[in-house]
Amino acid sequence: MGSRASSLLREEDIEEIKKETGFSHSQITRLYSRFHSLDKGENGALSREDFQRIPELAINPLGDRIINAFFPEGTNKKYTAREDQVNFRGFMRTLAHFRPVEDNEKNKDLTSGEPLNSRTNKLHFAFQLYDLDRDDKISRDELLQVLRMMVGVNISDEQLGSIADRTIQEADTNGDMCISFSEFTKVLEKVDVEQKMSIRFLH
Amino acid sequence: MTDLFGFWAVFFPVLRVWFTCLVVLIMLPAMFGISLGITETYMKILLKTLEWATHRIQRASRAEEILKRSASNGLIQRNDSSLEQEIEELRRNRPKSAERGDFTLSDVLYFSTRGIESIVEDDVTQRFTSEELVSWNLLTRTNNNFQYISLRLTVLWGVGVVVRYCILLPLRITLTAIGLSWLVIGTTMVGFLPNFRVKGWLSELVHLMCYRICARGLSATIHYHNKQNRPKRGGICVANHTSPIDVVILANDGCYAMVGQVHGGLMGVLQRAMERSCPHIWFERAEMRDRHLVTQRLRDHVNNKTKLPILIFPEGTCINNTSVMMFKKGSFEIGGTIYPVAIKYDPQFGDAFWNSSKYSMVSYLLRMMTSWAIVCNVWYLPPMTQEEGEDAVQFANRVKSTIAQQGGLVDLAWDGGLKRAKVKESFKEQQQKKYSHMVVGDDSSD
Repeated sequence: MGSRASSLLREEDIEEIKKETGFSHSQITRLYSRFHSLDKGENGALSREDFQRIPELAINPLGDRIINAFFPEGTNKKYTAREDQVNFRGFMRTLAHFRPVEDNEKNKDLTSGEPLNSRTNKLHFAFQLYDLDRDDKISRDELLQVLRMMVGVNISDEQLGSIADRTIQEADTNGDMCISFSEFTKVLEKVDVEQKMSIRFLH
Repeated sequence: MTDLFGFWAVFFPVLRVWFTCLVVLIMLPAMFGISLGITETYMKILLKTLEWATHRIQRASRAEEILKRSASNGLIQRNDSSLEQEIEELRRNRPKSAERGDFTLSDVLYFSTRGIESIVEDDVTQRFTSEELVSWNLLTRTNNNFQYISLRLTVLWGVGVVVRYCILLPLRITLTAIGLSWLVIGTTMVGFLPNFRVKGWLSELVHLMCYRICARGLSATIHYHNKQNRPKRGGICVANHTSPIDVVILANDGCYAMVGQVHGGLMGVLQRAMERSCPHIWFERAEMRDRHLVTQRLRDHVNNKTKLPILIFPEGTCINNTSVMMFKKGSFEIGGTIYPVAIKYDPQFGDAFWNSSKYSMVSYLLRMMTSWAIVCNVWYLPPMTQEEGEDAVQFANRVKSTIAQQGGLVDLAWDGGLKRAKVKESFKEQQQKKYSHMVVGDDSSD
C-alpha cells in the first residue's frame, strides 16, 4: 500500500531538493507532510492565506514580511506557478536558509555554488526583510516601515524617526543615506548569525 | 418465483439466528452491565496481531524507523526563551548607546527565526487533525508514510478489511439502531409516568441501558478510574472534548443532564425523547447568543439539588486528544461544584477525533464503526470550587491544567475557536508592546 501524502512527491523530486537545499531525505518527507497539511485547498501550492492561518505566525509582528519572503518578485517558474502561490520546491528553498551550518558537512557537491544556508545567504534573507522594493538598499522609509511593524502604536513618529536616523548614520559608510548589503553585513559582523538564524531539526 | 421463495426460506432462519445471537450474547449482557468476555478475547487477538504487524514493519525498514519512532513526534526543537532574553543576546556584542533608543538591525533576526519555526511546526494547527501514529495499525486511513512491506502484511490488511466492513460494521449498525430506538421508546414510556421517584429511577435505567448498547455498537472498551469522584447531583461535570462519542463514553457510567442546541432531524427526535423522561437543557439557536440567559438557566438547574449533574465541554469544539485548549469561562461563572473528568483515547485501535471540517457526522460515524475498536481511559478527578480572589478565567485555567496533567495531554492557552476563526489582534499588540520596551526602555516615550 503506497503512502498517501508522500506519493505525490516523487523520488526524483526529493533528490533534486536534497541537492539544492541540503535537507536529508526524512526531513524532506516530514516537511512535505507539513506543506500538505497547510495546503487547505489541496492544489499543491500555498497562498498567503494558508500561511496566515498559523496563529503563531499571525501574531508575529513581522509575520507579513516573513510570508513575503516565500513569494519572490517575478515568477520563477520553478518555484511559483503564479505570483501569489508557492509550490513545495519554493517552500523548501526558503526554509533552506534556516538550516543549521554543520562544520563537518562539506557541501561542495551542491550545484548552485554557495549553499543556501551560508552566513552570507542568511544575512541576505534578513536584509530582504527590510528591503521591500528589492533595490539592494535599505532606505529610511523602508527602515521606518519595519520599525513601525515591530513596535506597533507604542512609540511616536518623531522618536521612531530619530531611531531610524541614528541607525542609518551608524551603519552608512559611503554617505548615501541608505544601508547597502555590505554595510548591513558589517553592522552584524559580531552577531552569531549562523546560530541565531537556524532551526534545529530533531532528526 | 419459487427461487425467490426458496431464497427467503433459507434467509429467514439465518436472520433469526443472527438476531437471537445478537440479543443474547451482546444486548442483554450490555443492558445489565455484565460482560461475557467476548470483547476481551477480541481485544487480545487484536493486540497480538497489531504487535506482530509492528514487529514486521520495523524489521523491514530498520534504518529510518529508529529515528522516526520518536515518542515526541516533533519535527524541530523549539526555543523556549523569552523575547527579552533573545534580543538581549542578539545585542550582546554591540556597544551600548548613550542616548535612549536601543534598536539594532539584528533585532529582526529574532522575529524571523520564530516566524519560520512556527511555519515548520506550530502548537495549534496540528491539534485540528488526527494524531499521527507511531506504528501502523492496519487501517488504510492511518496509512500516511508507510510503504509496501510484505505479502503477509497485505493479506492481513485484506482480512482486516473484510472483518471490519462485512462482519463488524453490520453488527455495530444493528446494535446502534436498537440502542437508539430503545432510547426513544423507553424514554417516551417513562415520560407517561406521573410518579416522581420511580420515574427518576426508571429514566436513569433506560438511559444507562441504551448508552451501554450504543457503546457496544462502537466496540468501546472504557476504563473508569477513581469512581469515588463521580459527579454528583447539583454539580457540573467538565471534560475535554474530542468527539460526540464523549457523551456516550461518560453516560455509560452515570446519568447527566445534557446541554446543547436544539437540532432538527434525528438528533431532534432523540432530544425531545430524552427531555420527556428527565430534564435536560436544550437551547434554541437564538437563545445561545444571550449569555445571561444561558448562565441563568444553567444556574437554576444546578441550584436544584435533585437534578442530574450537567455535562459541559468548555473547549467548545473538538480537539484531537493530544492537548487541552482554552476553557471558555462561561461554565465557570455559574457557581456550584466542578467535577473535572479527563478522557484519553488510545489511538492504536481507532481514531476518535471528529474533524468536522473534513467529515460530516454520518461519515464520521461510519469511520468509527469500521475501526477496530474504541479504547479509552476516563479519570474522575476530585471536585473543585472557585477560590477566594480567583476570577472565572483563572479558575478555568486551574481546572484545565488538572485535566491536562491527568490525561497526559499538552496544556495550551490557545482558543479552540482558532479552528475556524482568526486569531485576535491583541496578541500581536502584546508582542509589539514587549518589543517596544526593549527599544525605548521602561520609561514612557514623551
